[in-house]
Amino acid sequence: MSRKKLQKLTDTLTKNCKHFNTFEVECLINLFYKLVGDVTERQGMVIGIDRNTFRNILHMTFGMTDDMIMDRVFRGFDKDNDGCINVSEWIYGLSVFLRGTLEEKMKYCFEVFDLNGDGFISKDEMFHMLKNSLLKQPSEEDPDEGIKDLVEITLKKMDHDHDGKLSFSDYEQSVREETLLLEAFGPCLPDPKSNVLREWSVFVTYTTKASAAYS
Amino acid sequence: MGEALTKSAQWTAAGHGTRTLEITPLNEVILKEIMMFVESFIYKYPQEAKYVFVEPLEWKTNLDPSAFESGYIVSETTVKSEEVDESGQPLLFLSVPHIKIRNFGQLSRLLLIAKDTKLKEAQACIEANRDPVAKILGLDYNTVKEDTSTVNILDKITKDEDSESEMKMKIAMLLRQLDVHLLNHCLKHISLQISLNPTSVKNDIELLKNFSGKGEQTVLESIDYTSDYEFSNGCRAPPWRQIHGEICYVLVKPHDVETLCITCSAEGVFLNGGKTDDEGEIDYERKGELYKDLVTFLKEKSAKFSENMSKQGIKFRNAQKKEKEEPTNELPEKEEAAPVQKAITLEKNQINFGKSQMTKRLEPSLNWKATVDFKDRNLLRDPQVEKHRGKPERSGPPVLCGRAQLARKSTEKTEEIVSESSSESEEDEEPSDHRQEANADLPSEYWQIQKVVKYLKGGNQTATVIALCSMKDFNLAQETCQLAIRDVGGLEVLINLLDTDEVKCKIGSLKILMEISHNPQIRRNIVDLGGLPIMVNILDSPHKSLKCLAAETIANVAKFRRARRAVRHHGGITKLVALLDCGKSSAEPAQPSLYDARDVDVARCGALALWSCSRSYANKEAIRKAGGIPLLARLLKTSHENMLIPVVGTLQECASEENYRAAIKAERIIEDLVKNLNSTNEQLQEHCAMAIYQCAEDEETRDLVRLHGGLKPLASLLNNTDNKERLAAVTGAIWKCSMSKENVTKFREYKAIETLVELLTDQPEEVLVNVVGALGECCQEYENRVLVRKCGGIQPLVKLLVGTNQALLVNVTKAVGACAVEPESMMTIDRLDGVRLLWSLLKNPHPEVKASAAWALCPCIQNAKDSGEMVRSFVGGLELVVNLLKSDNKEVLASVCAAITNIAKDQENLAVITDHGVVPLLSKLANTNNDKLRHHLAEAISCCCMWGRNRVAFGEYKAVAPLVRYLKSNDPSVHRATAQALYQLSEEADNCITMHENGAVKLLLHMVGSPDQDLQEAAAGCISNIRRLALATEKARYT
Repeated sequence: MSRKKLQKLTDTLTKNCKHFNTFEVECLINLFYKLVGDVTERQGMVIGIDRNTFRNILHMTFGMTDDMIMDRVFRGFDKDNDGCINVSEWIYGLSVFLRGTLEEKMKYCFEVFDLNGDGFISKDEMFHMLKNSLLKQPSEEDPDEGIKDLVEITLKKMDHDHDGKLSFSDYEQSVREETLLLEAFGPCLPDPKSNVLREWSVFVTYTTKASAAYS
Repeated sequence: MGEALTKSAQWTAAGHGTRTLEITPLNEVILKEIMMFVESFIYKYPQEAKYVFVEPLEWKTNLDPSAFESGYIVSETTVKSEEVDESGQPLLFLSVPHIKIRNFGQLSRLLLIAKDTKLKEAQACIEANRDPVAKILGLDYNTVKEDTSTVNILDKITKDEDSESEMKMKIAMLLRQLDVHLLNHCLKHISLQISLNPTSVKNDIELLKNFSGKGEQTVLESIDYTSDYEFSNGCRAPPWRQIHGEICYVLVKPHDVETLCITCSAEGVFLNGGKTDDEGEIDYERKGELYKDLVTFLKEKSAKFSENMSKQGIKFRNAQKKEKEEPTNELPEKEEAAPVQKAITLEKNQINFGKSQMTKRLEPSLNWKATVDFKDRNLLRDPQVEKHRGKPERSGPPVLCGRAQLARKSTEKTEEIVSESSSESEEDEEPSDHRQEANADLPSEYWQIQKVVKYLKGGNQTATVIALCSMKDFNLAQETCQLAIRDVGGLEVLINLLDTDEVKCKIGSLKILMEISHNPQIRRNIVDLGGLPIMVNILDSPHKSLKCLAAETIANVAKFRRARRAVRHHGGITKLVALLDCGKSSAEPAQPSLYDARDVDVARCGALALWSCSRSYANKEAIRKAGGIPLLARLLKTSHENMLIPVVGTLQECASEENYRAAIKAERIIEDLVKNLNSTNEQLQEHCAMAIYQCAEDEETRDLVRLHGGLKPLASLLNNTDNKERLAAVTGAIWKCSMSKENVTKFREYKAIETLVELLTDQPEEVLVNVVGALGECCQEYENRVLVRKCGGIQPLVKLLVGTNQALLVNVTKAVGACAVEPESMMTIDRLDGVRLLWSLLKNPHPEVKASAAWALCPCIQNAKDSGEMVRSFVGGLELVVNLLKSDNKEVLASVCAAITNIAKDQENLAVITDHGVVPLLSKLANTNNDKLRHHLAEAISCCCMWGRNRVAFGEYKAVAPLVRYLKSNDPSVHRATAQALYQLSEEADNCITMHENGAVKLLLHMVGSPDQDLQEAAAGCISNIRRLALATEKARYT
């Protein structure tokens, strides 16, 4: 890609993104093309990170393991639902993923957890997401008993309007009361313990060098 | 040897009272061994042989006094050794037939003297002294109850390392060695003779049963146990008999003789007293000889058995052999040995005296004891052991819980006693463990919490977070919930979570721990589970909210000593101090992570934790060393109340240390403290006042408080009396500040003195102490004395004289004394019988109160009307005062001397105290170096000279020469008093000679040049007396 084109792309994307500065955007664009590989851009052909590559990133870099959640994260990034993440989706997605405000993150997480996209997290969805969260105890007759119970506990905690499912406002209220509930149904954000950018060494060195040069 | 004596020596009967040793080969061996040990003791350990027993060994001897030769004082019926102990008591004392011996040396000699009868003597001695070790070394060393005693002994030794207990320990060791030796000996002996154990006995009996029954061919008619119940160790004898090695009792009916009741014991088989008719009890007394086993015994007793046995013999023996080859024999033995072993390994830090082999042998007997022991121990350890395993089914049988609880209580108590060296009061130390009553219904929360904890344990990160959040929704301030979390094993899980690297789990867990650690029991449990080191480590975390939560939890937990010490030992203080340093790492990350707190909060939490920790002396020191003071000073500049409270709290707590007070002055902290007195937060005001109270002992600090305008807010805070803690702190600050005159003037300006007088009634003691202290200081000035009187302060003050609080009494007496300087006030005091009350305080056990009362009496006596009469009216009062001169407290002595000075101004009273021997007592004190005492002593002496031949008496009691030396002191008041005393004494010629001999003239000549007129006059008078004497002698010589 030509220097000029990159410059232009960077500028437009930076404008739409509040959490990254120009250099970071530029680096992320570079990273994007590195990930996509040397595909020459053709008209009518979408360039983007496909599901598998993205899942790989989530797994390798952010340590995510839950297939379902990773799929949902991919969906969250892939705004236009075309099966791959293009460069602007990439930048926008990462800005929320890495640096989003609490509001942005809540919205993002809710979308991830709302498996069928109907605006509610239903009991079934919760059950689905939590079904691997308990150690199976051989003694128990019904292995799902615990999960069901856990769903009830969660609902008791978060379902403020008592309609048996979580709306966004239920979710929002709960998270504002207790931030820990942001990722209530599975990790879908970078782990706070790992300094996210540490692994993205390329990214870090680029940004720090760049900002050092600038200041 | 206690062990061997009680367990292996064969005593005749199990009954109570005196028992005698049976004459069995085993006993003989034991006695011989003991004798050898004692005989050789004097040669092997000459040092130890001199050790005097705690109690003498006493017994009836057959020895004749005439047998004793050199080294003894022999009379017809008594013998005393020439060797005596420290108090002159003879170490051997024989008064036929009783003999008392008090050391090993004498014991050895006695055995030598006894020659042939020494075996008998030894036996008599052992029989009469069932517990020789206790008598020799004292009850602590009593080895029979050795599971606890050895620990005690070790404790004792580490505590006082004096030579006596070292000696005792050495002897104890020697005796233990002997004990082990004896036991081993017995073991050999027993194993030679028999090897009966419950299994072999059982097998024998079973076999015999098979061959018994009706008919001529059987060996026996019947054979049956007396008891159907079999204990787990295979014995059927009741436990108290098992101690004696008995395994079971059998009723055997041979064909040809009557039914035999037989005891099978570990030593062998013998005939017992048989079943008593009425209650079916067995007479356990041994009635016949001991046989090696049942078959041998029966062969002896019954001819028919013997006969039939030889017929059936082969069959029987084969069966017997078969049984023996089977491994069943070994199995129970091992099982039985196991608890014993465990019990022994459980006895940590004990010198293992190698009794395990022994216990195995004497199975039935020791086993019972050992298992009980083990149970006890188990009970003690139960809570912890279970805790660590973190069983969810903790709720188990509730009764057991309660018992474990009790046991825990006791361990905790002992733990506390040995825990820390620092000695400050521990308001929350009491481990009141009131778990839910055994049968009380468990609240529904309990089950809910149990469920949540289950998910906490068995869930992944997501489930854990949900469980934690749900747990947080319980009312964690409620004790039921707090204890429920603990009781279902939640505490372990929560603490374990802290050790993971899941930030969210850690945060959630800390949030809960922070809440429940308000409960004192939970605090203890957290510390017991090792929670503190983990939390201290979290303080290093890069996540600020984690740091905050950890620090705040530490603040809650570190409310008792052991916890505070743990924080320090794991380097927590340094880390907490580092948290205070919030401004420095100002490079806030560009985008604050979700779980990050503000720096200010971190510092606040750090201060909170330090506040808790600062209650231990060593922690105060550690905070200072870690550079905490400047950081605290910096935080004090902020204006957040919730930050200021812990910061000032910490400072206030630490200001008890001199180092801190100096640093507080140096860091200009006083200014900020004063500023915060004006805060609206009562707690903050309280802590500031408290800090000022602590620091204002220092004069400069007092001035600083004034200069920064701190006196006005203090005075105005006096008007609000609802908050007693704050009032106590404020009055304390006022008390200390009023030690400076300028401050008192200010306080008068602010009308604080009137308010203080009002506070004399209806206040708690903490407040009263300070109020009265402040008034005492204020009343040093005339205006204030008048003020106090006019406000009606005298009456409440005098009323307070009847109190019991030591600090309060010291202050009250001082205040009353200060008021008594005013004649008008004195009249009131006298009218209220204040002098009598003061006088009776001279009997108070606390020297400070005594001294303070004596000081207060001085102005009273000076200013009272008819004071002489008043003093005489106190029955026994003068004698009491004079006797106080025997005190060894310098302050008491000085004050009493001052009181005597005033008393002696009345001739009649002087006569009385002279009769009570005031002169020798004063003279005795003369050799002091304390200038205050010298001053008042000299004054007292000069006043006491005014009666009869007291001058001569002072000379006779050698008070004069030391007085002369007082003139070399640096204190001018001492000079004046001394010169006056010498002047009085110099009226007596002999005293003049002594003075002259001690070089008084030169010193006095020096004093004549003093600007102090009284001193001048007295010195000159004294010199003139000496001179006159010299002239007179000269004159006498020449005429």
